[in-house]
Amino acid sequence: MAKVLVVTSGKGGVGKTTTTAAMGAALAQAGQKVVVVDFDVGLRNLDLVMGAERRVVFDLINVVQGIAKLPQALIRDKRLDNLSLLPASQTKDKDALTEEGVGRVIAELRKSFDWVLCDSPAGIERGAMLAMRFADEAIIVTNPEVSSVRDSDRIIGMLDSKTVKAEKGERVNKHVLITRYDPGRAARGEMISIDDILEILATPLIGIIPESQDVLRASNVGAPVTVNNPASAPARAYHDATRRLLGEVIAMMVPNERRGLMNLLRGRRAA
Amino acid sequence: MSILRLFSSRPAAATAPIARERLQILLAHERGMRGQPELLLQLRDEILAVVSRHVALDAEKVVVRMERGPNVSTLEVDVELPNGLEPSLAQTG
Repeated sequence: MAKVLVVTSGKGGVGKTTTTAAMGAALAQAGQKVVVVDFDVGLRNLDLVMGAERRVVFDLINVVQGIAKLPQALIRDKRLDNLSLLPASQTKDKDALTEEGVGRVIAELRKSFDWVLCDSPAGIERGAMLAMRFADEAIIVTNPEVSSVRDSDRIIGMLDSKTVKAEKGERVNKHVLITRYDPGRAARGEMISIDDILEILATPLIGIIPESQDVLRASNVGAPVTVNNPASAPARAYHDATRRLLGEVIAMMVPNERRGLMNLLRGRRAA
Repeated sequence: MSILRLFSSRPAAATAPIARERLQILLAHERGMRGQPELLLQLRDEILAVVSRHVALDAEKVVVRMERGPNVSTLEVDVELPNGLEPSLAQTG
């Protein structure tokens, strides 16, 4: 049965779009039929991160309004056959998205895909609400930083009250994904610890993605990091998180700091 | 990070525990307030209704404020009454 997964956070810039692209591709590589849907109306970026920006003809709002049929708007990934993208619109009219319309599109996507990944916009407004509205599962992308953790807590509250599942008395299956994790800063006690984040949010962890140049490089060339450089540390962490999402039990790896000369000097007192 | 700090033997104080403590206090409050974001408005309306039963009030003159601290929160209610109250009310109030 198809699963609808929202990638959300409240706070902007924490890595929602990167995560949607990376895990969407990783799920497709694992043999699943996947569609990634951009809900960031007016500020779409998932197409750019996935390298499909020049292939956008129709978008989510066109489909919601009945101007285009769903198959016309779906863009098939050039690298992975079973990965598709439904782009957001660049129109400024956010009200063009209606709950009824989004519900219809999601229901149609459920018929042809195993996974529907909804890339939420930042904030807690209409776009973010609609992105989570029909979710079965949620990944809450969190940076080890106070404002991000606070916003994640708020979003978790909304997932537990404003989704269709919550209103039916069921639960959205929630997972915390920690991104931009910097092992050096963690060792020096400069970054709120993973244990503290999990204790505060009281939500299980699905992965830890290290801060890495590879993420930027991948978005520069328009490829999910899991495709662009599968051997890189963030790609491996995303692949592990994806396998956990699929139900595999994999030991959680806390990213290690690379031991350069400077780090050795610094590490001596951090240890 | 400055070069000096890189080589100094004294580690910078860990700030992560402070972050955890601040978050725990803040979120305890925020979770308590969730689902009743209109609490202050509601309090104001009800206080206004109760006092209005006895005195004619200007609705603008009722101010309800809440201050939240780590251990104690205070609710401040400021009701401005018109002059010339009946003596019986002044006694009981």
